[in-house]
Amino acid sequence: MTAPEDSTGPAGTSHDSAPDTGPPGGVRRRSFLGYVVAGTTLVAAADLTMARPARAAVPSLPQVPELYDLEDLQTDAALPTSQLITIEINEDGTASFALPRMEVGQGITTSTAMIIAEELDLPVEKVTVTLAPARPELVFNQLTGGSNSTVSTYTPIRVASAIARGALLDAAARQLGYAVERLRTKDGVVIGPGGETLGYGELATLAASPVTEVVDVLLKDPEEFTRIGKPRNRDDARLAVTGRKDFTLDLEVKGAKPTMLCRPPTLNGSPKRLRNKKKILKMPGVKQVAVVDTGVAVRATTFGQCIDAIRAMDVVWNDGPVEGESDQTILARLKKAELPLAVPEVPLLAKTVEERFEFMFRSSAALEPNCAIADVREDSAEIWAGLKVPILAQQNIAQALGMSQDQVKVNVVTGGGSFGHKLFSDAAIEAAKVSQAMGKPVKLMWHRADEPRQGRLHPMVTSRIRATVLAGQVLSFEQRNTSVVTDFSHGLGEIITSTIDEAPTEVGKKVGGLGFSQTIFTLTQELGYNFGVVTQLLNETDDRFNTGSMRNIYSPDTRVAVELVVDRLAAEVGMDPLEFRLKHAKSAKVRKALEKVAEEGDWGRRMPAGFAQGIAIHQEYKGATACLVEIDTRPETVNRRIRNAVTGPRVTRATFAVDAGLVINPQGLKAQMMGGFSDGLALTLTSSVHLRDGHFLEASWDNYYYTRQWNIPPRFECFVLPSEDRLPGGAGEAGVAASAASVACAYARATGTMPTRFPINHGKVTFKPKSFVPSVPKSPTNGLKFTY
Amino acid sequence: MPKQTFILNGKPVTVNVKDDVRVLWVLRDLLGVTGPKYGCGINVCKACTSHINGKAFNPCSVRVGDLGRDDEVTTIEGLPDTVGQDLHPMQEAWIDRDVPQCGYCQPGQIMAAVALVKKVRREGREIRDADLDTIRNICRCGTYTRIREAVVQGARGMA
Repeated sequence: MTAPEDSTGPAGTSHDSAPDTGPPGGVRRRSFLGYVVAGTTLVAAADLTMARPARAAVPSLPQVPELYDLEDLQTDAALPTSQLITIEINEDGTASFALPRMEVGQGITTSTAMIIAEELDLPVEKVTVTLAPARPELVFNQLTGGSNSTVSTYTPIRVASAIARGALLDAAARQLGYAVERLRTKDGVVIGPGGETLGYGELATLAASPVTEVVDVLLKDPEEFTRIGKPRNRDDARLAVTGRKDFTLDLEVKGAKPTMLCRPPTLNGSPKRLRNKKKILKMPGVKQVAVVDTGVAVRATTFGQCIDAIRAMDVVWNDGPVEGESDQTILARLKKAELPLAVPEVPLLAKTVEERFEFMFRSSAALEPNCAIADVREDSAEIWAGLKVPILAQQNIAQALGMSQDQVKVNVVTGGGSFGHKLFSDAAIEAAKVSQAMGKPVKLMWHRADEPRQGRLHPMVTSRIRATVLAGQVLSFEQRNTSVVTDFSHGLGEIITSTIDEAPTEVGKKVGGLGFSQTIFTLTQELGYNFGVVTQLLNETDDRFNTGSMRNIYSPDTRVAVELVVDRLAAEVGMDPLEFRLKHAKSAKVRKALEKVAEEGDWGRRMPAGFAQGIAIHQEYKGATACLVEIDTRPETVNRRIRNAVTGPRVTRATFAVDAGLVINPQGLKAQMMGGFSDGLALTLTSSVHLRDGHFLEASWDNYYYTRQWNIPPRFECFVLPSEDRLPGGAGEAGVAASAASVACAYARATGTMPTRFPINHGKVTFKPKSFVPSVPKSPTNGLKFTY
Repeated sequence: MPKQTFILNGKPVTVNVKDDVRVLWVLRDLLGVTGPKYGCGINVCKACTSHINGKAFNPCSVRVGDLGRDDEVTTIEGLPDTVGQDLHPMQEAWIDRDVPQCGYCQPGQIMAAVALVKKVRREGREIRDADLDTIRNICRCGTYTRIREAVVQGARGMA
């Protein structure tokens, strides 16, 4: 069987994934191989193992990500198993696809349905995208992170969809007695030359193959796209707004009763014993208690009764490994580990600009707390949780339970946000241990207080920059970040070791000898400016904290430091910050983004005292962003009082522009930029945790100041730029860095003082820390006083 | 065990549970009404925002024993019935503006928005930026801008 010529339109002029092998402006497009998989209804799969595109030639002095970035690495790592991703055509005329990624709010189930619908020529509503359970055979093709989901799945999914469409056309040709070339498809129907029609549903079994066949296929010309690129609402919006979207804690699993843990008063402490077990077991609703390595678990009829039991527990604890430490001691440790700034040879008269910045610990917790359901039996276990790396979770859970991997079933549940938090399976492993210890199914939830205190954090970082300037030219720009260790044990490390060999030689040479974190840093950081000799390096120290890749990993901190120094350099050479950036920007994408925000955001308009604009860029995930903000730092604004809130400076307006390559769903992309902006705003102005005496003080959203309505600019606009790229770039994390940096630059210009510690409000503890023993606060009872 | 009776989404319900169990757990763990979400348990994040007798409240911070048999609790599941439609105009605005990302906070956001619009109308005016600034519900996905747009749009649809 051969796939037909693309019958929805004329053959294209170039290909959108691999280099065009035809003549310039010619008509050849590359074909892809795939399979019609044996089955009772039609199943199609892609095979991209042979289709790895050649990488571009290496220009003279690029930074590593310009040649080969984290997106390339993750995409290459996923390629060998792409053929295991299959699309199924059902007898009711719908298509189904179990996406081996996790939906956490970033909109990938919606955009994936659009991609399938486009290539299959089916209404988007008729495509059902679910989340695949842990599939060990996918190896590296089931990690949701690095804003890589659509980057790595776009082509495999299109190929599988195109093969399915080809098989449907073949079946219709046999049925109707025409040559395939005379048939066309429209919205899920095959149409013959005489107007005869056959629905995909009628063809689903006819197109099925008893054996797996290899086929080749041409993809649709992007010029012909009618669904990709059109704004589309999320597929689960109605469920979400009616309260019917089920998260892990909303699932009913037989016997899985509410379960929580009493946690140690110091970070990563451990329980010795529970002294009043009998008393706890007699409390209302309490069913079981069990001591596990992370704390003392209680299972009860309601979560409220778990909270009451935790508050009554008398536990003897071992101190954690950072007992006695504080922000100051960790900062001192980082300072000691800082790498030297080895300024390259520059003329004697060159002026040196040097700055050092500090970035505090921050919590990556989502609004949905860490949670998981576990039903562990004698010889099997089943888990339900929001997991971005489910295969590793399955391995870790099996190990914790003393079972083999195939005895553990791991179901991936749509997550209530992630921001890097769900890369780890902390709650799932803990739930499995507790279920095994109690011999009962458990629905385990972390209390909010547990999240900033014992949960995953963005590590504390220092960033030093030294730049040299002579006669209006920047001759060198060096950046040295020093960070508390970022935990990459969720598997990216394995990907790197197995994939980096495949990268271009130049890249292999540069990152081959580095550790995992340095590799990620090197694969993601692009300065984006022509500043002569440029180096950006990372050094790490101290692995005692629970850290992880918070949304956009290293980039927000790195970028804030860079853009503040860029403003200083602009002042040094007497140029306007925008003009200076336009002059030095390395890529046309960045320049276009800058020009767009400058125009739409009225760059340079006069503002009253205490107000200022700030502008910044970022380059990552195959794309470019720019952000322009206006900030109000007048005392009457900064000191406005809101109960249990950090007010501070108010960003009054934000204008954002993004080139994210080929855009599947502009509405979803804008949503991600808006969310990324909220994160960037919090990172610069308000959100951090304070380490004192071996524990973090913050215990809830009234201490941990994520962006709230009173912080958000009343005016926010996002512009999606037309892109030259024919492949999608990453979106989920792309909005954070430029946002954080533009706010920092605006603040520095408005106050006349460049901040060097972030967030700017860190240091003043303006709340009374909640108790450490008991580890969770009492739920109030005065809620009826606050009705409105 | 005391019997607790109140009106939930238009129908009387009775549960056997002690007085001091917070309403959130009665709804979620005993009655299986999962629209109101847990996000903090101390009346800070507002993810559980629901209505009591037409006003916004947070069931994580109210004892079930403090509810009377005539008290009407409305959760997101019961909101459309309050206007006799499939969807409340605020929910329609939320869909139209494509507000949700992960969606976890959105039931609470919508319940807060409806109550806020009613409150400012009782004060004889329409919703303004300063009113939107007072919404305390956290959205960790950062959908605040679209929430602001949707509240204004939803208010126009509310009689």
